Amino acid sequence: MAESRYMTINMGPQHPATHGVLRLLLELDGEIIVKAEPHIGYLHRGIEKLAESMTYPQALTLTDRLDYTSALSNNLAYCLAVEKLLDINIPKRAQYLRVLMAELQRIAAHLLWLATHALDLGAMTLLFYAFRERETIMEILELATGARLTPSFIRIGGLASDIPDTFLPRVKAFVEDFPKRMDDYETLLTENIIWKKRTTNIAPMSAEECIQYGVTGPVLRASGVSYDVRKAYPYSSYEDFDFEIPLGRNGDVYDRYLVRLIEMRQSNRIVKQAAEKLPGGPFAAVDAPLVVPPAKEEVGRDIAALIRHFKIMEEGFRPPCGEVYASVESSKGELGFYLISDGTNKPFRMRIRPPSFINLAALPKMIEGQMVADVVAAIGSIDIVLGEIDR
Amino acid sequence: MELYYYILEVVLKNLVVISILMLFVAYLTLAERKFLGYLQVRLGPNRVGTWGLLQPIADGIKSFVKEDIIPINADKPVYVIAPIISFVAALSMFAVIPFGDSVTLFGREIKLVIADVDIGILYIFAMGTLGEYGIVLGGWSSGNKYAILGSLRAAAQMISYEVALGLIVIGTIILSGSLRLTEIVEAQRDCWFIVYQPFAFLLYIVAALAELNRTPFDMPESESELASGFNIEYSSMKFALFMIAEYIHLVTVAALTTTLFLGGWLGPVLPGPVWFILKTCLIIFIFIWVRGTYPRMRYDHIMKFGWKFLFPAALANVVITAFIVALR
Repeated sequence: MAESRYMTINMGPQHPATHGVLRLLLELDGEIIVKAEPHIGYLHRGIEKLAESMTYPQALTLTDRLDYTSALSNNLAYCLAVEKLLDINIPKRAQYLRVLMAELQRIAAHLLWLATHALDLGAMTLLFYAFRERETIMEILELATGARLTPSFIRIGGLASDIPDTFLPRVKAFVEDFPKRMDDYETLLTENIIWKKRTTNIAPMSAEECIQYGVTGPVLRASGVSYDVRKAYPYSSYEDFDFEIPLGRNGDVYDRYLVRLIEMRQSNRIVKQAAEKLPGGPFAAVDAPLVVPPAKEEVGRDIAALIRHFKIMEEGFRPPCGEVYASVESSKGELGFYLISDGTNKPFRMRIRPPSFINLAALPKMIEGQMVADVVAAIGSIDIVLGEIDR
Repeated sequence: MELYYYILEVVLKNLVVISILMLFVAYLTLAERKFLGYLQVRLGPNRVGTWGLLQPIADGIKSFVKEDIIPINADKPVYVIAPIISFVAALSMFAVIPFGDSVTLFGREIKLVIADVDIGILYIFAMGTLGEYGIVLGGWSSGNKYAILGSLRAAAQMISYEVALGLIVIGTIILSGSLRLTEIVEAQRDCWFIVYQPFAFLLYIVAALAELNRTPFDMPESESELASGFNIEYSSMKFALFMIAEYIHLVTVAALTTTLFLGGWLGPVLPGPVWFILKTCLIIFIFIWVRGTYPRMRYDHIMKFGWKFLFPAALANVVITAFIVALR
């Protein structure tokens, strides 16, 4: 075979800009990419298979470890699927708190994206600014859930516990402060001529291509397709909140950047509304005694409650036979859980629709014909998390 | 007897300048980290000594005791010699920079410059270009594809910016009528050249950033794309030599900016060298500030910018300056 005139380089799995353990095989003609081939699987833990040997409440903890930047959204998607299977009603307070937390988590995930994306393109100062605000969100979430990265706080039937009294004031303080911080970020990047040159018309995807590849989330919306699960198929009372879906026009890296920035502002609006309108009432379903464990004080007082608690923790519950699919709009795109129940206390099959995985499939299409420097811009703009891709 | 005194004077001057320069460079790394730290709402180094003052020393010791690795694929002699070329070229650049007027010590008049050669600027550009060989050869001899990409970028970028840089400087040469740096400074006794050549000053800062491989033009290294580019395989003291060379280069370019545009050592009240150091620090401060603010440009944009904007702009500056000087 004749010597190829192209240089093949191996980018990753240990590379500062591949966001985890993605490996890209690039064929280069000078600095132009002729062919790109993503290789995945370095973080494979077999989460889908593991779930088959766990009871429904136990499998919840696996979902934290999918997209570890937005664990609460994953919790929510899984819980929605199981609740659909069980057909139980969630009280309004729990629904609102779920929305509030999922949106805070979305802001945190987008901040992490903004920080690393800017760093990939050489603007390192923003990393620290964005991490500062993310830290505030982490502290707020920790206050309620007790964990920073893997809270498993949204449970089947509601929440793990009610929020502490100090939670809402801190959320409100953050919500007031955050738009000003966003303005700071934008002064650094949005109109910066170097930033615009690095991102405009880079890695473009047309609306048709996005739909063909099944791309969802901000990448799809940056191409001008108005599809957001929160609006298209509202779940967890999203229809009660007033927010807009930002759309891009060109579907390039710059539009994805703008779409995510506006999404953060919109999420901030949702958090504000949820905190203001938060109704009273129980934090978990009261009409599903076989699913929701009894309150702690009851367990210490009432033998029936103790037994109930023990049964739920040890054996879980047995949903009726059937198949369900439930999805949420996570920070990366449409995150779906497809569950098959055979009537036992463990899922027969759990299939996850990971948005990062499907968005990553469009990466070679985006970067072929572009330059090496654009690869990092493109990877940053689709915002992948390998925990979700490899599962 | 006179010859011995002369040799002694030169040796002493060299020793003093090199030790001050190395100390300055060592603490420049600390100052850069501290200043970037404050820009980025964090503290910077503060563990080694009060205010992190011993950090440069700790870094130095660390680079000495690290394992020195030479990759199997490397072209060994070139690989070893590349950082030395970079370092020596950067260090010798500083020889012609005047940091003060002459002083009288022990009955001898001593000029505060190591070598007051009459083609000072040409010498600096020659040495600057030589230093690039270090980077190009280092990347090429590492036997690593990322390093090759880095050194290819380095070669293209630095050579094209050298042209613009040379043209920008011609404006000040026309004004002063000399290539000797001391005379260029003396010509600014009435008015600094930044007043006559404000446009050239801005162009010079931009071209200097590119020449120095600093953000937004840090292509050869570009951490996030090439995983640190040309020096990816270097470790231990060889890596440190590249870093030191880079920072000496930074100081030299800042000192040259001071000499060409900000009146060198000239200034009221304070002694010459103090003014010189203050002005140099100001320029370095601007370089660090830019690093903390801007994203990295793309390689082809840099080339386009260099040839299609900087080069014609510098040329226009030369022509306009020449006309004005001729008409006067």
